[in-house]
Amino acid sequence: MERQISLRCGARVEAALERLGHEAVTIDVRGDLVRQLRTVDPEVAFIALHGREAEDGTVQELLEVLGIAHTASSAAVCARCWDKVLAKHLMRDAGLPTPDFHSFSEAAFRELGAAEALPVIEERLSFPIIVKPARGGLALGMKFVSSATQMPGALVAAFTYDRRVLLERHVTGDDVVVSVVDGEPLPPFCHATLSPADVTRAQQLAVEAWTLFGCRGYARIDLMRTVEGELTVLEVTCVPSLAEDSRMSEAAEAGDLAFDVLVDRLVERAARSTIPA
Amino acid sequence: MRDLMALTSQPDIISLAGGLPDMSAFPAEVMGKVTAQIAAESSVKALQYGPTEGLEDVRDAIAEVMAAEGMTGIDPQDVLVTSGGQQVIDLVCRTLIDPGDVIIAEAPTYPGAVPCFGSFQADVVQIEMDADGMRIDELEETLDRLAAEGRTPKFIYTIPTFHNPGGVTMSLPRRKRLVEVARERELLILEDNPYGLLRYEGEPLPTLYSLDGGEFVIYLGTFSKILSAGIRVGWAVAPRPVFQKLNIGKQAADLCSSSLSQMFVATYFRSGLWAEQLDVFKELYRRRRDVMLDSLADFFGPEAAWTAPQGGLFLWATLPDYIDTTDLLVRALEENVAFVPGRAAYLDGRGGSSMRLNFSGVAEDDIREGVRRIGKVVHEQVALYGTLTGAAPAVPAAPPVPAIDAGATPGAAANVVPLPRRDSDDGRARGSR
Repeated sequence: MERQISLRCGARVEAALERLGHEAVTIDVRGDLVRQLRTVDPEVAFIALHGREAEDGTVQELLEVLGIAHTASSAAVCARCWDKVLAKHLMRDAGLPTPDFHSFSEAAFRELGAAEALPVIEERLSFPIIVKPARGGLALGMKFVSSATQMPGALVAAFTYDRRVLLERHVTGDDVVVSVVDGEPLPPFCHATLSPADVTRAQQLAVEAWTLFGCRGYARIDLMRTVEGELTVLEVTCVPSLAEDSRMSEAAEAGDLAFDVLVDRLVERAARSTIPA
Repeated sequence: MRDLMALTSQPDIISLAGGLPDMSAFPAEVMGKVTAQIAAESSVKALQYGPTEGLEDVRDAIAEVMAAEGMTGIDPQDVLVTSGGQQVIDLVCRTLIDPGDVIIAEAPTYPGAVPCFGSFQADVVQIEMDADGMRIDELEETLDRLAAEGRTPKFIYTIPTFHNPGGVTMSLPRRKRLVEVARERELLILEDNPYGLLRYEGEPLPTLYSLDGGEFVIYLGTFSKILSAGIRVGWAVAPRPVFQKLNIGKQAADLCSSSLSQMFVATYFRSGLWAEQLDVFKELYRRRRDVMLDSLADFFGPEAAWTAPQGGLFLWATLPDYIDTTDLLVRALEENVAFVPGRAAYLDGRGGSSMRLNFSGVAEDDIREGVRRIGKVVHEQVALYGTLTGAAPAVPAAPPVPAIDAGATPGAAANVVPLPRRDSDDGRARGSR
């Protein structure tokens, strides 16, 4: 599924680059990626890839090692966003509102008897609790747990995908998505009506998250307006899809930022950037 | 399923997921001889379109195969040749199903039928099975309930013999009752029978088609498991009004099935070798089934249960309900082994703790190794669940045993606390204090 998104996104970006007069070479990321990059030796790599290797910073790290400028956030930023536990700790420590959480490794249960602490956590977070692997996409291994009896099975499922899991308070409300380009927030997306104050607050939180994680180029920040009316940050996606039907693309359009202009800005900014040593 | 099959076709993975016959057991020289004969005697016919309902010679061969399963007296004119058995399911849905129509199927059902039923937006009601196949009492209760709602199923889809994925076979009393129910309520049955001739033990049972006489039963057959899956030749035998509609549907779908493939079947059957080849497949798969059953007993542990099929290609294993086999597959793939998660055989989200295992497609050593690897990840999850529920105590990891450099002399090591080598497996982290 992620590969299909990558292919659609890649084709769209390639067409835009050609319209802008760039010489675009597409690379299907496989086992010969480094060889291909060395052969093509591009001025800028436009990352239109989704899935683990793009979102955990692996591809960015390779590009940085090879000294190739790229359009996405750095490998370090990707690593911070990809690991949900790390991201949640960063947000909480910085005072960004985010749903309460706890995290445990599989070893904590296997070797330290962490299971005995579960009732305390369950009381603190209160049901329903979302259990998910620390790293991974497409909601794989994620479960909604509404009672203590469901917790062990949910943990077993989440530990299938990662050795560390996140137990997060389930907050209900309206999803709010804010895309940010070069530190500038685009109009938020929400299926409900947002007041001007909510829009301002959502954009402010999105930019704070952008700054906190050190994002570059473009990113998507998922928030929620809780039933109490508070805005809270759920997660930061530093390599969001640019496919036609993606939130990022729709937000750019809503913000009068034509797709070609967005692509051009990202390429120009990448070309000017300094590659980390 | 398609994504899973693509993933499991990678060479390093032991795939117990597919439903593949082992075509290495079919002699290549026979294939060469048959194709050479087609080229020499009837290349023009083989390379041309054919009639929608199929070539006469193939329909004769089909009548011969059906007779071998006790369905004698089949008129070849009642046979519609299709592009594999899968096309029959598609054509029956295309002919009979409007969005929202009810199809009755077993729980679990053939995973390949699930997306087909879904694409026609059918409302699939799945009936539980036990060791004797579909529970007919539950079927009748369901039919009563549907009737009370003013709904009549368009057909009952069943694989009564060596069920895929269930591995069970419908008993004779249930077969008789199912046919009676269909007659009493004037319901069509789609009898999917790809594996009936692959019986390794026990006495053959009459097909629903033979019990019914072809009045309410649409019969689905295929050469995929008794000759070759790659030639893509299957067939339907249906009551006349349904047959005509299926024929029109097939015209729209693909005009006709491959003439070359049909000629391959017809020429091969004229050689008279098929019964002998069938025995080769049966002996091969029987041995593999036995290896799988032994391996399951050795590696799956007392928490698991599985069916013991008398034939066919699959068995159905069920784990404790806290293990989700869709998630488990991720761990299994890390161990380079694959199976079909149970949910693929349901349209209502059930089957989460079950899996389909195939024993025909891989060699005996690989079956044993594949089951061992799945058993390993199952045991890991069972143990983890035990610590999460308090059923098993948490156990601190054993302290690392410092490695002694094999090149050092005993005397030199005696007065030195040896440090783990930095280039050894995670030695640096474990050695740190």
